[in-house]
Amino acid sequence: MDYAIEIAGLFFEYPDSQKALSGINLDIPVGQTVALIGPNGAGKSTLLLHLNGILTSNGSVKVMGLSVEGKNLKTIRSKVGLVFQNPDDQLFSPTVFEDVAFGPINMGHSQEEVRKLVTQALASVGMNGYEKRSGHHLSIGEKKRIAIATVMAMSPQVLVIDEPTSSLDPRAKWAFIDLLRGLKMTKIIASHDLEMVQALCERTIVMDKGQIVADGITQRILADFALLQSSGLAPASTGPSGYPDKAG
Amino acid sequence: MKHSFIDQYSDLGSFIHKLDPRTKLITTFAFLLAVLIMPISRWQAFAFYFALVFALILFSRVPLLYIIKRSLVIVPFVLVIAVLNLPFKQGETVGEFNIWLWRVSITYEGLLAFYSIMAKAWLSILGLILLSSTTPFDRLLRGMEQLGLPKVMVMILSFMYRYIFVLTDEVMRMKQARDSRNFGGKRLWQIKTIGNMIGTVFIRSYERAERVHAAMLSRGFEGQMRMTSHLKFKKADAYFGMSFLSCLVAIGCFPFFYS
Repeated sequence: MDYAIEIAGLFFEYPDSQKALSGINLDIPVGQTVALIGPNGAGKSTLLLHLNGILTSNGSVKVMGLSVEGKNLKTIRSKVGLVFQNPDDQLFSPTVFEDVAFGPINMGHSQEEVRKLVTQALASVGMNGYEKRSGHHLSIGEKKRIAIATVMAMSPQVLVIDEPTSSLDPRAKWAFIDLLRGLKMTKIIASHDLEMVQALCERTIVMDKGQIVADGITQRILADFALLQSSGLAPASTGPSGYPDKAG
Repeated sequence: MKHSFIDQYSDLGSFIHKLDPRTKLITTFAFLLAVLIMPISRWQAFAFYFALVFALILFSRVPLLYIIKRSLVIVPFVLVIAVLNLPFKQGETVGEFNIWLWRVSITYEGLLAFYSIMAKAWLSILGLILLSSTTPFDRLLRGMEQLGLPKVMVMILSFMYRYIFVLTDEVMRMKQARDSRNFGGKRLWQIKTIGNMIGTVFIRSYERAERVHAAMLSRGFEGQMRMTSHLKFKKADAYFGMSFLSCLVAIGCFPFFYS
Protein backbone atom coordinates (compact mmCIF):
# COMPACT_ATOMS: atom_id res chain seq x y z
CA MET A 1 0.00 0.00 0.00
CA ASP A 2 1.20 3.54 -0.74
CA TYR A 3 1.43 5.76 2.25
CA ALA A 4 0.84 9.52 2.14
CA ILE A 5 2.23 10.01 5.63
CA GLU A 6 4.64 7.81 7.58
CA ILE A 7 5.69 8.90 11.06
CA ALA A 8 7.95 6.87 13.31
CA GLY A 9 9.13 7.67 16.83
CA LEU A 10 8.32 11.37 16.77
CA PHE A 11 9.07 13.33 19.95
CA PHE A 12 8.82 17.10 20.24
CA GLU A 13 9.46 19.55 23.02
CA TYR A 14 8.80 23.29 22.84
CA PRO A 15 11.66 25.62 23.82
CA ASP A 16 10.06 26.11 27.26
CA SER A 17 10.58 22.32 27.69
CA GLN A 18 6.87 21.65 27.53
CA LYS A 19 6.43 18.18 26.02
CA ALA A 20 4.10 18.35 23.05
CA LEU A 21 4.64 14.99 21.33
CA SER A 22 5.96 11.91 23.01
CA GLY A 23 6.38 8.98 20.68
CA ILE A 24 4.06 9.26 17.69
CA ASN A 25 3.91 6.36 15.23
CA LEU A 26 1.44 6.77 12.46
CA ASP A 27 0.88 5.64 8.86
CA ILE A 28 -1.78 7.11 6.64
CA PRO A 29 -2.48 5.46 3.27
CA VAL A 30 -3.07 7.58 0.17
CA GLY A 31 -6.67 8.67 -0.26
CA GLN A 32 -7.77 8.24 3.34
CA THR A 33 -9.66 10.90 5.26
CA VAL A 34 -8.43 10.86 8.82
CA ALA A 35 -9.69 12.76 11.84
CA LEU A 36 -7.30 13.76 14.57
CA ILE A 37 -9.27 14.40 17.73
CA GLY A 38 -8.26 15.14 21.27
CA PRO A 39 -8.59 17.80 23.97
CA ASN A 40 -6.86 21.18 23.89
CA GLY A 41 -3.13 20.77 24.32
CA ALA A 42 -3.12 17.16 23.16
CA GLY A 43 -0.52 18.01 20.52
CA LYS A 44 -2.73 17.92 17.42
CA SER A 45 -1.57 21.25 15.97
CA THR A 46 2.06 20.47 16.82
CA LEU A 47 1.77 17.21 14.92
CA LEU A 48 0.24 18.98 11.92
CA LEU A 49 3.12 21.47 11.83
CA HIS A 50 5.52 18.52 11.46
CA LEU A 51 3.80 17.33 8.29
CA ASN A 52 5.39 20.03 6.12
CA GLY A 53 8.48 20.74 8.15
CA ILE A 54 7.49 23.99 9.87
CA LEU A 55 8.56 22.17 13.03
CA THR A 56 11.15 19.42 12.90
CA SER A 57 12.60 17.06 15.45
CA ASN A 58 14.64 13.89 15.50
CA GLY A 59 11.87 11.41 14.69
CA SER A 60 11.23 10.32 11.14
CA VAL A 61 8.42 11.92 9.13
CA LYS A 62 7.87 10.95 5.52
CA VAL A 63 5.39 12.50 3.10
CA MET A 64 4.65 10.64 -0.14
CA GLY A 65 7.83 8.68 0.48
CA LEU A 66 10.01 11.79 0.89
CA SER A 67 11.52 12.43 4.28
CA VAL A 68 10.73 15.87 5.67
CA GLU A 69 14.11 17.62 5.75
CA GLY A 70 15.94 20.58 4.25
CA LYS A 71 16.44 19.56 0.64
CA ASN A 72 12.94 18.10 0.25
CA LEU A 73 11.06 20.92 1.97
CA LYS A 74 10.14 22.79 -1.21
CA THR A 75 8.68 19.69 -2.85
CA ILE A 76 6.92 18.63 0.33
CA ARG A 77 5.34 22.02 0.89
CA SER A 78 3.90 21.88 -2.60
CA LYS A 79 2.48 18.42 -1.88
CA VAL A 80 1.08 19.14 1.57
CA GLY A 81 -1.54 21.89 1.82
CA LEU A 82 -1.62 23.08 5.41
CA VAL A 83 -4.61 25.20 6.40
CA PHE A 84 -4.28 27.05 9.68
CA GLN A 85 -7.05 27.33 12.21
CA ASN A 86 -7.39 31.11 12.11
CA PRO A 87 -8.02 32.35 8.55
CA ASP A 88 -6.69 35.77 9.58
CA ASP A 89 -3.29 34.10 9.84
CA GLN A 90 -3.70 32.22 6.58
CA LEU A 91 -4.82 35.25 4.57
CA PHE A 92 -2.12 37.88 4.87
CA SER A 93 -2.24 39.71 1.53
CA PRO A 94 -4.08 42.90 0.63
CA THR A 95 -6.42 41.07 -1.77
CA VAL A 96 -7.88 37.58 -2.12
CA PHE A 97 -6.19 37.19 -5.51
CA GLU A 98 -2.75 37.86 -4.10
CA ASP A 99 -3.40 35.44 -1.24
CA VAL A 100 -4.44 32.58 -3.49
CA ALA A 101 -1.64 33.42 -5.94
CA PHE A 102 1.02 33.41 -3.20
CA GLY A 103 1.64 29.65 -3.28
CA PRO A 104 1.70 29.23 -7.09
CA ILE A 105 4.02 32.25 -7.47
CA ASN A 106 6.45 30.79 -4.95
CA MET A 107 6.33 27.52 -6.88
CA GLY A 108 7.63 29.46 -9.87
CA HIS A 109 4.60 29.31 -12.18
CA SER A 110 4.30 31.84 -14.98
CA GLN A 111 1.91 34.75 -14.72
CA GLU A 112 -0.68 33.13 -16.96
CA GLU A 113 -0.57 29.80 -15.11
CA VAL A 114 -0.90 31.61 -11.80
CA ARG A 115 -4.03 33.38 -12.99
CA LYS A 116 -5.50 30.09 -14.19
CA LEU A 117 -4.66 28.27 -10.94
CA VAL A 118 -6.22 31.06 -8.87
CA THR A 119 -9.43 30.94 -10.88
CA GLN A 120 -9.59 27.15 -10.57
CA ALA A 121 -8.85 27.19 -6.85
CA LEU A 122 -11.51 29.82 -6.17
CA ALA A 123 -13.99 27.86 -8.26
CA SER A 124 -13.23 24.68 -6.32
CA VAL A 125 -14.40 26.37 -3.10
CA GLY A 126 -17.28 28.24 -4.74
CA MET A 127 -15.74 31.67 -4.35
CA ASN A 128 -15.38 32.93 -7.95
CA GLY A 129 -15.44 36.67 -8.30
CA TYR A 130 -13.83 37.34 -4.91
CA GLU A 131 -10.41 38.10 -6.43
CA LYS A 132 -10.38 41.81 -5.72
CA ARG A 133 -11.89 41.67 -2.24
CA SER A 134 -9.77 42.45 0.77
CA GLY A 135 -9.34 39.74 3.39
CA HIS A 136 -10.60 42.10 6.06
CA HIS A 137 -13.97 42.51 4.38
CA LEU A 138 -14.98 38.83 4.30
CA SER A 139 -17.23 36.88 6.64
CA ILE A 140 -15.63 34.12 8.68
CA GLY A 141 -17.20 31.45 6.44
CA GLU A 142 -15.87 33.15 3.31
CA LYS A 143 -12.43 33.49 4.90
CA LYS A 144 -12.36 29.76 5.70
CA ARG A 145 -13.20 28.92 2.10
CA ILE A 146 -10.57 31.27 0.69
CA ALA A 147 -8.07 29.75 3.14
CA ILE A 148 -8.75 26.34 1.55
CA ALA A 149 -8.39 27.91 -1.90
CA THR A 150 -4.96 29.28 -1.00
CA VAL A 151 -3.64 25.73 -0.65
CA MET A 152 -5.82 24.20 -3.41
CA ALA A 153 -4.05 26.55 -5.84
CA MET A 154 -0.88 24.53 -5.20
CA SER A 155 -2.67 21.27 -6.20
CA PRO A 156 -1.62 19.46 -3.02
CA GLN A 157 -1.80 15.68 -2.67
CA VAL A 158 -2.38 15.86 1.06
CA LEU A 159 -4.72 18.37 2.66
CA VAL A 160 -4.04 19.08 6.32
CA ILE A 161 -6.64 21.22 8.09
CA ASP A 162 -6.64 22.51 11.65
CA GLU A 163 -10.11 22.98 13.16
CA PRO A 164 -11.98 23.63 9.91
CA THR A 165 -15.39 24.11 11.51
CA SER A 166 -14.46 26.21 14.54
CA SER A 167 -16.47 29.43 14.84
CA LEU A 168 -18.78 28.55 11.93
CA ASP A 169 -22.54 28.61 12.47
CA PRO A 170 -24.34 25.32 11.69
CA ARG A 171 -25.40 26.30 8.18
CA ALA A 172 -21.92 27.45 7.20
CA LYS A 173 -20.47 24.40 8.92
CA TRP A 174 -22.50 21.85 6.96
CA ALA A 175 -21.88 23.67 3.70
CA PHE A 176 -18.18 23.58 4.55
CA ILE A 177 -18.30 19.87 5.33
CA ASP A 178 -19.87 19.26 1.91
CA LEU A 179 -17.09 21.27 0.35
CA LEU A 180 -14.42 19.21 2.11
CA ARG A 181 -16.14 15.97 1.11
CA GLY A 182 -15.89 17.05 -2.54
CA LEU A 183 -12.10 17.48 -2.39
CA LYS A 184 -10.63 14.16 -3.46
CA MET A 185 -7.25 13.70 -1.85
CA THR A 186 -5.71 12.44 1.35
CA LYS A 187 -7.11 14.57 4.15
CA ILE A 188 -6.01 14.95 7.75
CA ILE A 189 -8.38 16.99 9.85
CA ALA A 190 -7.71 18.04 13.43
CA SER A 191 -10.87 18.93 15.30
CA HIS A 192 -13.05 18.67 18.40
CA ASP A 193 -16.13 18.64 16.23
CA LEU A 194 -17.32 15.04 16.51
CA GLU A 195 -20.32 15.72 14.26
CA MET A 196 -18.03 16.66 11.45
CA VAL A 197 -15.67 13.77 12.15
CA GLN A 198 -18.56 11.36 11.86
CA ALA A 199 -19.82 12.92 8.65
CA LEU A 200 -16.47 13.12 6.92
CA CYS A 201 -13.78 10.79 8.17
CA GLU A 202 -13.46 7.02 7.79
CA ARG A 203 -10.64 6.76 10.31
CA THR A 204 -10.17 8.53 13.63
CA ILE A 205 -7.07 8.98 15.74
CA VAL A 206 -7.46 10.06 19.34
CA MET A 207 -4.59 12.01 20.88
CA ASP A 208 -4.04 12.93 24.50
CA LYS A 209 -0.96 14.34 26.23
CA GLY A 210 1.20 14.05 23.13
CA GLN A 211 0.40 10.41 22.46
CA ILE A 212 -1.95 8.46 20.26
CA VAL A 213 -4.37 6.72 22.62
CA ALA A 214 -6.66 5.18 20.03
CA ASP A 215 -6.72 4.67 16.28
CA GLY A 216 -9.47 2.98 14.31
CA ILE A 217 -12.63 3.14 12.27
CA THR A 218 -14.51 6.34 13.11
CA GLN A 219 -17.76 4.62 14.05
CA ARG A 220 -16.03 2.33 16.51
CA ILE A 221 -14.08 5.17 18.13
CA LEU A 222 -17.06 7.47 18.46
CA ALA A 223 -19.14 4.64 19.95
CA ASP A 224 -16.53 4.02 22.64
CA PHE A 225 -17.93 6.41 25.22
CA ALA A 226 -15.46 5.43 27.92
CA LEU A 227 -12.55 6.28 25.61
CA LEU A 228 -14.02 9.67 24.69
CA GLN A 229 -14.64 10.39 28.37
CA SER A 230 -11.13 9.51 29.44
CA SER A 231 -9.62 11.75 26.78
CA GLY A 232 -11.87 14.67 27.60
CA LEU A 233 -14.05 14.56 24.48
CA ALA A 234 -17.31 13.60 26.17
CA PRO A 235 -18.96 14.85 29.38
CA ALA A 236 -17.77 13.16 32.56
CA SER A 237 -21.35 12.18 33.34
CA THR A 238 -24.14 11.62 30.84
CA GLY A 239 -26.83 14.28 30.91
CA PRO A 240 -30.49 13.72 30.10
CA SER A 241 -29.80 14.42 26.44
CA GLY A 242 -28.06 11.06 26.32
CA TYR A 243 -24.98 12.02 24.32
CA PRO A 244 -23.69 8.46 23.66
CA ASP A 245 -26.75 7.40 21.63
CA LYS A 246 -26.09 10.15 19.13
CA ALA A 247 -22.43 9.35 18.81
CA GLY A 248 -23.10 5.70 18.03
CA MET B 1 -16.33 43.34 13.35
CA LYS B 2 -16.55 46.63 11.54
CA HIS B 3 -15.83 47.04 7.88
CA SER B 4 -13.29 49.81 7.90
CA PHE B 5 -11.46 51.18 4.91
CA ILE B 6 -8.20 52.95 4.30
CA ASP B 7 -9.02 53.31 0.63
CA GLN B 8 -12.75 54.00 0.62
CA TYR B 9 -14.17 55.11 -2.80
CA SER B 10 -11.06 53.73 -4.49
CA ASP B 11 -13.20 51.43 -6.65
CA LEU B 12 -15.13 54.22 -8.41
CA GLY B 13 -14.58 54.49 -12.16
CA SER B 14 -13.50 58.05 -12.95
CA PHE B 15 -10.59 58.69 -15.30
CA ILE B 16 -8.45 59.54 -12.27
CA HIS B 17 -9.19 56.12 -10.79
CA LYS B 18 -8.14 54.49 -14.04
CA LEU B 19 -4.74 56.16 -14.19
CA ASP B 20 -1.66 54.09 -13.46
CA PRO B 21 -0.82 54.28 -9.74
CA ARG B 22 2.72 55.37 -10.63
CA THR B 23 1.39 58.40 -12.53
CA LYS B 24 -0.62 59.36 -9.49
CA LEU B 25 2.27 58.80 -7.09
CA ILE B 26 4.63 60.92 -9.17
CA THR B 27 2.17 63.75 -9.80
CA THR B 28 1.10 63.77 -6.14
CA PHE B 29 4.67 64.10 -4.94
CA ALA B 30 5.42 66.74 -7.56
CA PHE B 31 2.38 68.60 -6.26
CA LEU B 32 3.56 68.32 -2.64
CA LEU B 33 6.99 69.57 -3.60
CA ALA B 34 5.58 72.50 -5.56
CA VAL B 35 3.30 73.46 -2.66
CA LEU B 36 6.05 73.20 -0.06
CA ILE B 37 8.64 75.31 -1.86
CA MET B 38 6.19 78.06 -2.86
CA PRO B 39 6.63 81.12 -0.61
CA ILE B 40 3.37 82.25 0.98
CA SER B 41 3.94 85.82 -0.19
CA ARG B 42 2.78 84.66 -3.61
CA TRP B 43 -0.71 83.97 -2.42
CA GLN B 44 -2.17 83.83 -5.95
CA ALA B 45 -0.28 80.59 -6.52
CA PHE B 46 -2.03 79.04 -3.53
CA ALA B 47 -5.41 80.03 -4.90
CA PHE B 48 -4.48 78.15 -8.08
CA TYR B 49 -3.29 75.12 -6.11
CA PHE B 50 -6.59 74.94 -4.27
CA ALA B 51 -8.48 75.33 -7.53
CA LEU B 52 -6.40 72.51 -9.04
CA VAL B 53 -7.00 70.11 -6.14
CA PHE B 54 -10.71 70.80 -5.97
CA ALA B 55 -11.07 70.41 -9.73
CA LEU B 56 -9.41 66.99 -9.50
CA ILE B 57 -11.63 66.02 -6.57
CA LEU B 58 -14.69 66.94 -8.66
CA PHE B 59 -13.38 64.90 -11.61
CA SER B 60 -12.71 61.93 -9.36
CA ARG B 61 -16.37 61.88 -8.19
CA VAL B 62 -15.24 61.16 -4.62
CA PRO B 63 -17.70 63.05 -2.36
CA LEU B 64 -16.19 66.45 -1.53
CA LEU B 65 -17.59 66.41 1.99
CA TYR B 66 -15.90 63.07 2.71
CA ILE B 67 -12.52 64.42 1.64
CA ILE B 68 -12.91 67.62 3.63
CA LYS B 69 -13.97 65.70 6.74
CA ARG B 70 -10.98 63.40 6.49
CA SER B 71 -8.63 66.31 5.90
CA LEU B 72 -9.69 67.86 9.22
CA VAL B 73 -7.90 65.05 11.05
CA ILE B 74 -4.58 66.87 10.72
CA VAL B 75 -5.91 70.24 11.96
CA PRO B 76 -5.06 69.72 15.67
CA PHE B 77 -1.45 68.77 14.91
CA VAL B 78 -0.85 71.52 12.41
CA LEU B 79 -2.64 74.11 14.50
CA VAL B 80 -0.29 73.51 17.43
CA ILE B 81 2.76 74.01 15.25
CA ALA B 82 1.27 77.00 13.46
CA VAL B 83 0.21 78.75 16.68
CA LEU B 84 3.58 78.13 18.30
CA ASN B 85 5.12 79.90 15.33
CA LEU B 86 3.10 83.06 15.90
CA PRO B 87 4.97 84.74 18.79
CA PHE B 88 8.47 83.64 17.85
CA LYS B 89 8.98 85.49 14.60
CA GLN B 90 10.87 88.76 14.65
CA GLY B 91 9.41 91.61 12.67
CA GLU B 92 6.76 94.27 12.44
CA THR B 93 4.32 93.95 15.36
CA VAL B 94 0.65 93.81 14.53
CA GLY B 95 -0.77 93.15 18.00
CA GLU B 96 0.21 92.54 21.58
CA PHE B 97 -1.53 90.93 24.51
CA ASN B 98 -0.79 89.52 27.94
CA ILE B 99 -0.92 85.87 28.90
CA TRP B 100 -0.49 85.74 32.68
CA LEU B 101 3.11 87.00 33.18
CA TRP B 102 4.22 87.09 29.59
CA ARG B 103 3.77 89.84 27.10
CA VAL B 104 3.22 88.26 23.74
CA SER B 105 3.50 90.18 20.53
CA ILE B 106 2.27 88.93 17.21
CA THR B 107 4.25 89.99 14.18
CA TYR B 108 3.30 90.29 10.55
CA GLU B 109 5.91 87.65 9.74
CA GLY B 110 4.49 85.36 12.40
CA LEU B 111 1.04 85.67 10.87
CA LEU B 112 2.42 84.88 7.45
CA ALA B 113 4.15 81.78 8.79
CA PHE B 114 0.86 80.76 10.40
CA TYR B 115 -1.06 81.08 7.13
CA SER B 116 1.72 79.35 5.26
CA ILE B 117 1.78 76.31 7.54
CA MET B 118 -1.99 75.97 7.54
CA ALA B 119 -2.37 76.33 3.77
CA LYS B 120 0.52 74.03 2.90
CA ALA B 121 -0.54 71.33 5.35
CA TRP B 122 -4.12 71.41 4.15
CA LEU B 123 -3.16 71.31 0.48
CA SER B 124 -0.79 68.41 1.11
CA ILE B 125 -3.33 66.36 2.99
CA LEU B 126 -6.01 67.03 0.36
CA GLY B 127 -3.63 65.79 -2.31
CA LEU B 128 -2.79 62.64 -0.35
CA ILE B 129 -6.42 61.86 0.46
CA LEU B 130 -7.24 62.26 -3.22
CA LEU B 131 -4.46 59.79 -4.03
CA SER B 132 -5.57 57.22 -1.45
CA SER B 133 -9.27 57.46 -2.33
CA THR B 134 -8.71 57.03 -6.05
CA THR B 135 -6.26 54.12 -5.90
CA PRO B 136 -6.94 50.72 -4.32
CA PHE B 137 -4.23 50.07 -1.77
CA ASP B 138 -2.83 46.97 -3.43
CA ARG B 139 -2.37 48.89 -6.72
CA LEU B 140 -0.71 51.70 -4.85
CA LEU B 141 1.71 49.18 -3.34
CA ARG B 142 2.46 47.68 -6.72
CA GLY B 143 3.09 51.17 -8.06
CA MET B 144 5.52 51.94 -5.24
CA GLU B 145 7.28 48.65 -5.82
CA GLN B 146 7.71 49.31 -9.53
CA LEU B 147 8.95 52.82 -8.77
CA GLY B 148 11.74 51.18 -6.80
CA LEU B 149 10.61 51.33 -3.19
CA PRO B 150 12.48 48.51 -1.36
CA LYS B 151 10.44 45.31 -1.18
CA VAL B 152 10.75 45.16 2.59
CA MET B 153 8.97 48.50 2.85
CA VAL B 154 6.27 47.36 0.43
CA MET B 155 5.77 44.18 2.49
CA ILE B 156 5.52 46.13 5.73
CA LEU B 157 2.90 48.44 4.22
CA SER B 158 1.03 45.49 2.79
CA PHE B 159 0.88 43.73 6.17
CA MET B 160 -0.16 47.00 7.79
CA TYR B 161 -3.04 47.32 5.35
CA ARG B 162 -4.13 43.73 5.99
CA TYR B 163 -3.82 43.69 9.77
CA ILE B 164 -4.41 47.21 11.05
CA PHE B 165 -8.17 46.66 11.35
CA VAL B 166 -7.72 43.15 12.71
CA LEU B 167 -5.67 44.80 15.47
CA THR B 168 -8.16 47.61 16.06
CA ASP B 169 -10.93 45.01 16.33
CA GLU B 170 -8.84 43.16 18.89
CA VAL B 171 -8.27 46.33 20.90
CA MET B 172 -11.99 47.12 20.70
CA ARG B 173 -12.88 43.69 22.10
CA MET B 174 -10.33 44.09 24.88
CA LYS B 175 -11.79 47.48 25.75
CA GLN B 176 -15.28 46.01 25.88
CA ALA B 177 -14.05 43.23 28.14
CA ARG B 178 -12.34 45.77 30.38
CA ASP B 179 -15.36 48.06 30.52
CA SER B 180 -17.69 45.22 31.44
CA ARG B 181 -15.56 44.54 34.50
CA ASN B 182 -14.58 48.09 35.28
CA PHE B 183 -16.05 49.52 38.46
CA GLY B 184 -14.08 52.74 38.56
CA GLY B 185 -11.01 52.60 40.70
CA LYS B 186 -8.16 55.02 41.04
CA ARG B 187 -6.65 56.82 38.07
CA LEU B 188 -3.31 55.07 38.65
CA TRP B 189 -5.04 51.69 38.53
CA GLN B 190 -6.76 52.58 35.27
CA ILE B 191 -3.50 53.68 33.70
CA LYS B 192 -1.96 50.40 34.79
CA THR B 193 -4.77 48.51 33.04
CA ILE B 194 -4.12 50.41 29.83
CA GLY B 195 -0.44 49.58 30.12
CA ASN B 196 -1.28 45.89 30.44
CA MET B 197 -3.54 46.10 27.42
CA ILE B 198 -0.82 47.64 25.30
CA GLY B 199 1.56 44.87 26.37
CA THR B 200 -1.01 42.21 25.54
CA VAL B 201 -1.67 43.66 22.09
CA PHE B 202 2.05 43.67 21.43
CA ILE B 203 2.51 40.04 22.45
CA ARG B 204 -0.56 38.90 20.53
CA SER B 205 0.67 40.69 17.40
CA TYR B 206 4.07 39.11 17.82
CA GLU B 207 2.54 35.64 18.08
CA ARG B 208 0.29 36.34 15.14
CA ALA B 209 3.35 37.32 13.14
CA GLU B 210 4.86 33.93 13.91
CA ARG B 211 1.72 32.13 12.75
CA VAL B 212 1.53 34.24 9.59
CA HIS B 213 5.15 33.42 8.88
CA ALA B 214 4.39 29.71 9.32
CA ALA B 215 1.48 30.07 6.90
CA MET B 216 3.79 31.78 4.40
CA LEU B 217 6.42 29.04 4.75
CA SER B 218 3.73 26.41 4.23
CA ARG B 219 3.03 27.89 0.84
CA GLY B 220 6.62 27.79 -0.30
CA PHE B 221 7.84 31.19 0.87
CA GLU B 222 11.63 31.36 0.78
CA GLY B 223 12.26 34.94 1.82
CA GLN B 224 11.53 36.51 -1.55
CA MET B 225 8.32 38.31 -2.39
CA ARG B 226 7.65 37.78 -6.06
CA MET B 227 5.43 39.87 -8.23
CA THR B 228 2.47 38.64 -10.20
CA SER B 229 1.88 41.32 -12.78
CA HIS B 230 3.49 44.46 -14.03
CA LEU B 231 1.69 47.73 -14.46
CA LYS B 232 1.63 49.32 -17.88
CA PHE B 233 1.48 53.02 -18.64
CA LYS B 234 -1.28 54.03 -21.04
CA LYS B 235 -1.75 57.10 -23.22
CA ALA B 236 -4.01 58.69 -20.64
CA ASP B 237 -1.15 58.54 -18.14
CA ALA B 238 1.11 60.51 -20.44
CA TYR B 239 -1.59 63.12 -21.17
CA PHE B 240 -2.54 63.54 -17.53
CA GLY B 241 1.04 63.54 -16.26
CA MET B 242 2.21 66.10 -18.79
CA SER B 243 -0.75 68.45 -18.37
CA PHE B 244 -0.62 68.24 -14.57
CA LEU B 245 3.09 68.95 -14.44
CA SER B 246 2.78 71.85 -16.89
CA CYS B 247 -0.03 73.24 -14.69
CA LEU B 248 2.36 73.15 -11.74
CA VAL B 249 5.09 74.89 -13.72
CA ALA B 250 2.65 77.51 -15.00
CA ILE B 251 1.41 78.23 -11.47
CA GLY B 252 4.98 78.43 -10.27
CA CYS B 253 5.89 81.02 -12.91
CA PHE B 254 2.57 82.85 -12.94
CA PRO B 255 3.45 86.15 -11.17
CA PHE B 256 6.48 86.57 -13.40
CA PHE B 257 4.22 86.99 -16.40
CA TYR B 258 3.34 90.43 -14.98
CA SER B 259 6.74 91.57 -13.91
